[in-house]
Amino acid sequence: MNLRDESTFRQWDAETFPGHRVVLGHDKPLRLDCGVELHDFTIAYQTYGELNADKSNAIVVCHALTGDQFVADPHPVTGKPGWWEMMVGPGKPVDTNRFFVICSNILGGCMGTTGPKEINPDTGKPWGLGFPVITIADMVRAQAMLLDHLEIDELFAVVGGSLGGMQVLEWAASYPDRVFAAAPIATADHHSAQNIAFNEVGRQAIMADLDWCGGDYMSQDRWPNRGLAVARMVAHVTYLSETALQAKFGRRLQDREKITYGFDADFQVESYLRHQGSTFVERFDANSYLYITRAMDYFDLAEKHGGGSRAEVFRDTPVRFCVISFTSDWLYPTAESRRIVNALNAAAANVSFAEIEASFGHDSFLLNVPEFHRVFRGFLDGAAEHRGLPRANGGENGR
Amino acid sequence: MMTMAESHRKSIRVDLQIIADMIEPGTRVLDVGCEDGTLLDYLVHFKQVDGRGIELSMEGVNACVSAGLSVIQGDADTDLATYPDDAFDYVVLSQTLQAMVAPRAVVENLVRIGRRAIVSFPNFAYWRVRSYLFFKGRMPVSRTLPHAWYETPNIHLCTIKDFVAMCEEMGITIEHSLSLNRGGRARGVQSSPLTANLFGQQAVFLLKR
Repeated sequence: MNLRDESTFRQWDAETFPGHRVVLGHDKPLRLDCGVELHDFTIAYQTYGELNADKSNAIVVCHALTGDQFVADPHPVTGKPGWWEMMVGPGKPVDTNRFFVICSNILGGCMGTTGPKEINPDTGKPWGLGFPVITIADMVRAQAMLLDHLEIDELFAVVGGSLGGMQVLEWAASYPDRVFAAAPIATADHHSAQNIAFNEVGRQAIMADLDWCGGDYMSQDRWPNRGLAVARMVAHVTYLSETALQAKFGRRLQDREKITYGFDADFQVESYLRHQGSTFVERFDANSYLYITRAMDYFDLAEKHGGGSRAEVFRDTPVRFCVISFTSDWLYPTAESRRIVNALNAAAANVSFAEIEASFGHDSFLLNVPEFHRVFRGFLDGAAEHRGLPRANGGENGR
Repeated sequence: MMTMAESHRKSIRVDLQIIADMIEPGTRVLDVGCEDGTLLDYLVHFKQVDGRGIELSMEGVNACVSAGLSVIQGDADTDLATYPDDAFDYVVLSQTLQAMVAPRAVVENLVRIGRRAIVSFPNFAYWRVRSYLFFKGRMPVSRTLPHAWYETPNIHLCTIKDFVAMCEEMGITIEHSLSLNRGGRARGVQSSPLTANLFGQQAVFLLKR
């Protein structure tokens, strides 16, 4: 499958990455939902812009499943631009001339924050499957500990798409007094059967790879790249739309005139997916993929915070919400966003909700969709006005 | 000096201005069918209300949210049911009632969600509408009713008299009611309902459960 030669494959060393790292939970460990207490864990994070004097302009950006803390600067492994560079930067909707942006690698991740590929301080060996099963609430609690460390009491906003959006919802539900505005984008307040099903296919692909070694591949210097690549290929299809795939590839053949009556990548779409899979394994850890997808499957906001009732989750919430969905997103369709909005209405919360016309599927929130950027900028500007933060003074994309 | 946006806000449509004048400053307001947010923006900036909106069209919603207003994409016929009782001081339904599938149910929701409701609509008993139908024998088309019968969103047109009768049936109190003539001049409905029904091109009602 054109994967990197395994004898030369080495995972990256996150300690060499740019950005900040902090060890938390030394005196007071992080109590995880599963009951385990995590002490001396590392959070790797990036910041952009300046924190103002009264610490009222901080925005936490939450990244998605395979994202990381490098929102707006090049990825240290791939060299590709930051995953939300269109959204975050000077004069961008998340304007770093005015806002102090914090993005941390999630708990269980593999870009420097403690996760299964890092060393367990108690054993001196990689955690592997010994890493406790984490939840989205655990990820958010870890972020809250980072804010305590940074001595920031209240965030101006928490924003993010997909798994990032789930963290946003968890932030608003767990810490309503620490969040002024919240923008959950292209997300849901629980994982549907279909969401769980796709994640399970990905996990099974990884675990079926003999090089996974029951999760202990690191100490055996074997890498389940085939399984992880297949997991990525399946997931990648769910991030697109039928229209987008058809428009981009159709039935076009890859570097050939005719079909070959074989199982080589005859079609462009096959070649594209194989490429997506093989590049993904260079920057992502297989066990991290298992843990994070599990956290997403376990996510059920109403169950955790509302005794099963969505409306109870946000009763009397002071948070200003902006829920955004995309017409072609079938992974977290508009109906899921609308459920969140209805629950917020039932709680008489301050909520905006826009469904954006875009053909790129779930990935729309990461792509150049000007209408989305315009709406998102308007929400943040409006919220900033209510928070008493300075107006935009015409950055490169300023209105 | 006024900014462009502020001077634009100063001059809102006359029927919107009448609605705005009925609203106490600093209250909680829901504008149902808020279109591009003109009224909501005016109320937020000149009456310091805590304003929210619902709008059906994607363009309208995007324009509102882009302008920093709290507006959701939704349908008044189905989505008002999700709001709790007494969530707002005022719920406004401006020039939208006639496009509802179930206008009576919508009005019931308005006075349930809001302590007061403000409803404005075109009056189908306006003399020009009557004479259009009488003399031309065709469905009236005018500035306030600009669509041909086969493409109009206005599926439940009513008269001032119809609306008053429905409110009576529903046990809703009409606290204030105005009819507007073609020039935009307002007069009370209650003092002479027949005149209002004949000469009012549109009407604005302040309702209480």
